[in-house]
Amino acid sequence: MKDFKEVSLGFTEEEAVREAQRCIACKKKPCCNGCPVEIDIPEFIRLVARKDYKGAIRKIKEKNNLPAVCGRVCPQETQCEALCVLIGKGKGGPVAIGALERFVADWEIEHSPHPSLSPVGGEGKGEGAAKVAVVGSGPAGLTAAADLAKYGYQVTLFESLSASGGVLRYGIPEFRLPRAILDRETGYIESLGVEIKCNILIGRTVTLSGLFEDGYKAIFLGTGAGLPYFLGIPGESLNGVYSANEFLTRVNLMHAYEFPKYKTPVKIGERVAVVGAGNTAMDCVRVAKRLGAQDAIIVYRRGEPEAPARRAEIEHAKEEGIEFRFLTAPIKIEGNEKGEVKSMTCLKMELGEPDASGRRRPIPIRGSEYEMPVDTVIIAVGQGPNPLIAHTTKELAVDDKSGELKIDENCMTSMKGVFAGGDITTGEGTVIAAMGAGKKAAAAMDSYLKGA
Amino acid sequence: MHRIVEKKQLADTITLLKVEAPLVIREARAGQFVIVRLDEFAERIPLTICDADKARGTITLIIQQAGRSTKDLCALKAGNSIQDILGPLGNPTEIEKCGTVVITGGGVGAAELYTAAKALKENGNKVIAIIGARNKDLIILEDEFKAVADEVLITTDDGSYGMKGLVTDALKKIIAGQTVNRIICCGPIPMMKAVTGTARPYNIPTIVSLNAILLDATGMCATCRCTIEGKVRFSCVDGPEFDGYKVDFDELMVRNNRFLEEEKRALET
Repeated sequence: MKDFKEVSLGFTEEEAVREAQRCIACKKKPCCNGCPVEIDIPEFIRLVARKDYKGAIRKIKEKNNLPAVCGRVCPQETQCEALCVLIGKGKGGPVAIGALERFVADWEIEHSPHPSLSPVGGEGKGEGAAKVAVVGSGPAGLTAAADLAKYGYQVTLFESLSASGGVLRYGIPEFRLPRAILDRETGYIESLGVEIKCNILIGRTVTLSGLFEDGYKAIFLGTGAGLPYFLGIPGESLNGVYSANEFLTRVNLMHAYEFPKYKTPVKIGERVAVVGAGNTAMDCVRVAKRLGAQDAIIVYRRGEPEAPARRAEIEHAKEEGIEFRFLTAPIKIEGNEKGEVKSMTCLKMELGEPDASGRRRPIPIRGSEYEMPVDTVIIAVGQGPNPLIAHTTKELAVDDKSGELKIDENCMTSMKGVFAGGDITTGEGTVIAAMGAGKKAAAAMDSYLKGA
Repeated sequence: MHRIVEKKQLADTITLLKVEAPLVIREARAGQFVIVRLDEFAERIPLTICDADKARGTITLIIQQAGRSTKDLCALKAGNSIQDILGPLGNPTEIEKCGTVVITGGGVGAAELYTAAKALKENGNKVIAIIGARNKDLIILEDEFKAVADEVLITTDDGSYGMKGLVTDALKKIIAGQTVNRIICCGPIPMMKAVTGTARPYNIPTIVSLNAILLDATGMCATCRCTIEGKVRFSCVDGPEFDGYKVDFDELMVRNNRFLEEEKRALET
């Protein structure tokens, strides 16, 4: 397993049509309730069944600006598909809505040289349209920007890194979301009239009041969850300990896997432990394997059923030879005389009563301490809201405990005309939840601007 | 793209570039830095904004050749371009009237303190600058500092120029002769550690500007984490300046060596 090519293969046309025909077009459409961006799922599936793929992609894009992304990274099994009426004895399981979405999005990429446009129309079109700023080009920002453009505003999307996409770019690896697909999706957002400006850190390069001075009438903040958490155990400053963000950014954004052609290095050694069992942890461990780690190991303090990663990601990791040590909690990392990681000491755990998260609480087993030799430790235990925008903008009210930006029921922050959504207001969530938040905020901004 | 409008060789291995970066200037303050990525293949490296020319829309960057990326930047000529410049980043230097301030710059670190020296002088402070380097060739910005500081002391390790010795030798002399209200220091880590050690017995507030390895430089990757009074801080967003008395310099020294082998390999390509 050395290459970064996409792992999951999509449906063939025949498979897609057959799958679409399984949909019984039930009246209640429960699947739609599971979709944060409100796609008319049965309708797009009906169009696939009739082989009208162009119609199907238009139907999806009425609501979802990033279908090729969502078709790949959405946890459909806990959203739309979880509500399908075909779940149950002898019904063959839910319609594979996610795979169908991906099929339709990929069909468009293959068959249409330019992304199709499906503006929803709205007020304020043309030269005189109000200028709005969107900060952060991750899923929330891309969605808000696209919808605002569709409403008719002049949208500028600001990104601090050198390329747009946010976590889709620096976080999710090529083998799960190919860069060509992401480029195509961001290209589509630009085709709607959104101007993407990279290498601008709002709060530093331009302040929020600076944006208003520059004529922007409203601002959306979708700056995401970019503050990596550590475990707080001894040894985390040793050389060879990475945050998941650092490790993935080096590889995904800076192409460290092509070092020295690309000049950014990454060093992993032979044995890599990844602490955590979410999707990001799975991405890290699978990247480590591809970079040549002999042993790439997930270390997680709870059991397999409690792991927050998607089932499919855990299965892929297992197929690729990833070792899992469940019910194992690191308590310290030891280094050699050069300050490099040489081992991690862990405790074995057992599960007790459910805790606040509803998952069974891990309890250390006395005397179970053992040392595992490792060269690299990657900490993938989640991240908090990016504090930079609040740090540089005193007017923004922040929840003291979580660091999340406070917003009202109309998605507006404590600063007039400044809206926010996605991980910056909720803490770490899914791509699709952030997209839903971007969509909701765009609608709220439209109402605000019309009332202004 | 950011065009280079002027290039000056300050020493064999130290290059000054004036680069178009009109967006960076608007909010730039003393002590802040930019992240520079020369081209698609380059690393993101931090460089202090050494000066800003509002009329021309340019910033001044002073680069010492150390690894592949700095070597490539130093090889640029006027008229060439840098692909990405992000900034200003980091917290600005606190500029207030506090009395007598000693600016202590080691090697290319002197460049990073020039705007602070200028701003501190404008705010009514007495500014004494100590510029130290291994030898005469590596002393930079002497005239520039002379134009803004009340006093400029030069030290060289080999005695080829100014006082023979380390910046700390000059600092001890100054402290012995007058009240010093603040020290601001930038240079190699052992030097910043030594300056902090020199100041400690006199309890003079000492600010150091750290040069950790950075990646995104917006607080997201934690590669620049350092230990400040026992707590983990990110140099990029919590710094780059910290209270020298609280910095774990030894840890930073070890952390800054973590890609030495890779840096060597990159230089060979």
